Amino acid sequence: MKYIDEYRDKNLIFRLADQIRKSATGEYTFMEVCGGHTAAIHRFGIPSLLPGNIKLISGPGCPVCVTGTDFMDKAVAYSEKDDVIITTFGDLMRVPGSVTSLEKMRAAGADVRIIFSGLDALGIAKLNPDKKIIFLGIGFETTAPGTAVTIKKAELENIDNFYLLSAHKTMPAAMEEIIKGGASFNGFICPGHVAAVTGSSHFSFIPEKYRIGCVVTGFEPTDLLQSILMLIRQVNLNFPDIQIQYRRAVTGEGNILAQKQMREVFEPCDAFWRGFGVIPSSGLTLRKVYERFDAGIAIPVKVVPHEENKSCICGDILRGSKTPEDCPLFRNLCSPENPVGACMVSNEGSCNTWYKYKIT
Amino acid sequence: MDATVTLNHGSGGKLTHELISQVFAKKFEIPEPLTDSAVLKITGTTLAFTTDSYVVDPLFFPGGNIGKLAICGTVNDLAVSGAKPMFISASFIIEEGFPLAELIQIVDSMAEEAVKAGVKVVTGDTKVVGKGKCDKLFITTSGTGIMDHRLEHISSGSHIRQGDHLIINGPLGNHSIAVLGARNNLSFSTPVITDCACLNHLISGVLEKCGEVHFMRDLTRGGLAGVLNELAGMTGRDIAVDEAAVPVDDPVKGACEMFGFDPLYLANEGKVLIVAGSGSETEVLDIMRAYLPGKDSAIIGEIIPGERKLVVLNTSAGGKRILDMPSGVQLPRIC
Repeated sequence: MKYIDEYRDKNLIFRLADQIRKSATGEYTFMEVCGGHTAAIHRFGIPSLLPGNIKLISGPGCPVCVTGTDFMDKAVAYSEKDDVIITTFGDLMRVPGSVTSLEKMRAAGADVRIIFSGLDALGIAKLNPDKKIIFLGIGFETTAPGTAVTIKKAELENIDNFYLLSAHKTMPAAMEEIIKGGASFNGFICPGHVAAVTGSSHFSFIPEKYRIGCVVTGFEPTDLLQSILMLIRQVNLNFPDIQIQYRRAVTGEGNILAQKQMREVFEPCDAFWRGFGVIPSSGLTLRKVYERFDAGIAIPVKVVPHEENKSCICGDILRGSKTPEDCPLFRNLCSPENPVGACMVSNEGSCNTWYKYKIT
Repeated sequence: MDATVTLNHGSGGKLTHELISQVFAKKFEIPEPLTDSAVLKITGTTLAFTTDSYVVDPLFFPGGNIGKLAICGTVNDLAVSGAKPMFISASFIIEEGFPLAELIQIVDSMAEEAVKAGVKVVTGDTKVVGKGKCDKLFITTSGTGIMDHRLEHISSGSHIRQGDHLIINGPLGNHSIAVLGARNNLSFSTPVITDCACLNHLISGVLEKCGEVHFMRDLTRGGLAGVLNELAGMTGRDIAVDEAAVPVDDPVKGACEMFGFDPLYLANEGKVLIVAGSGSETEVLDIMRAYLPGKDSAIIGEIIPGERKLVVLNTSAGGKRILDMPSGVQLPRIC
């Protein structure tokens, strides 16, 4: 298949793996901060192609994983209302709130619909004028522009039964938190699709301020291996830099139009990240002019804050300080069928990918 | 187990198995392993008996409809058990207000498939329920077929040995993607048509000409990954699959890339996995390729040394990973 097979060429992959083996003269740990990368790394079996002195760890790049229980509890509370239809990306269906999940609410009769874009939710709003349609906006700079366009369209078409519950987040502040938290690693495999929107310059503060190398990376096996090789070379030369491996999608300045949409609709806010707590200016909330679409303001619900399971180490895993196998619950109490923490729910969560793909 | 039944309990993954083994098989005292058909011995004859319900939404999709599915599914369940499918029953639960023309079209498809497969629909039942009490139309088909008692081992995989080869009869995932594309709430369409087909002629062709078939199973819910994990569990053996050798059509690959699905987990309605004894794989492959639903047959893996019940995927990228049991309905990802 065009644009796929070229990047999965076995000969090229083996050549890259060979060059990595030759270049890797020390010990290296690299962190990927995109759930898509976590899934791709394990789905293609990349760790089995790398020598033992290269370790890959996952950061907070899975939007489902970093979303707090509180958000899910709110979504569940909304789903209990008779006049509400919840519209959500598929990944959120199984995420456990403190008591239940949207999937279980749907089984109990709640109207919860899986959609593929915010615009689908707008379509549902038009078809159901007597219902309130709440769209669970989640994701980083990748999905936030889509939500922004949806809000603008709702405004333009004067749709008055559409609301957003936003858990949108932005990446750089969380990456900075990881560095400040003292996690030990030599470079970031930077998120390709976030950077397609923001531009690679979004991450240039990392090598400049913290002297940690960054390579913006694509999602195919050759992309990942080439990026690992680029990061090794940066470490070997002691020359941390921001480089773009994923040139077919990413530029230095990014997608200006998408950035503009995002800026016009959202403004930064403090946001709660599972595993980190509140990170200042790391979330996106609707600007005052679009406030009427904010579900939290238009349809207030109260949820009781719950403590998360103390044995669950999702937080440490998201900060890169532990791996799923360090968790006492992993493969015992916590599995994809009965996830305790969010990292086990999402297809892109570390625990889920380790559980599914890792040969032990 | 959960207090309520969720869609995951019907996905063909771990929760489906839990529900079946802890509720149905336990209460009805059905011995494990649970296979596609019950094999019954009645004075001198060995009979295979199976049943399946069809609730597909939408009822019509590219290349087929619920009726075609209901015949092929039951015929295939019998055929993969090593039986010659013979008689089918068909029960219809119809929602009040359902257009008769559509019902006739569906029944026409069933009749046509039955003729092609050489089976006879001999009995049935009709219930009409009030509006909203069922989703348009549900069909249940049961089927029986005569078995050669020498083939009783096939559904249990008890003859499987290290070095046996895994063969499938063509590309995976077409049915799932065709149905997904046909759902009204999706804003995309695909050129993919369902692979729904009766496989009994292909299977009997293989069985008649080759004595080295050690296992067969149709790759419906849970897909190839589901069946291989069941097989590893049943036989206690390790299995290796070569991802690059598994045929997947480009439009299916494309849809999977977009939604984050894995074609190895997608449901098929005209695909069978055959495990052939070492040395006989090319013979089986040649026989399969002579049939239309087998023209793209491929050898995709083998039974490897090791008894950890692992299914290992040699990825197309040259890496290795686990191919785990599906854990629920595959959900489209965020980005």
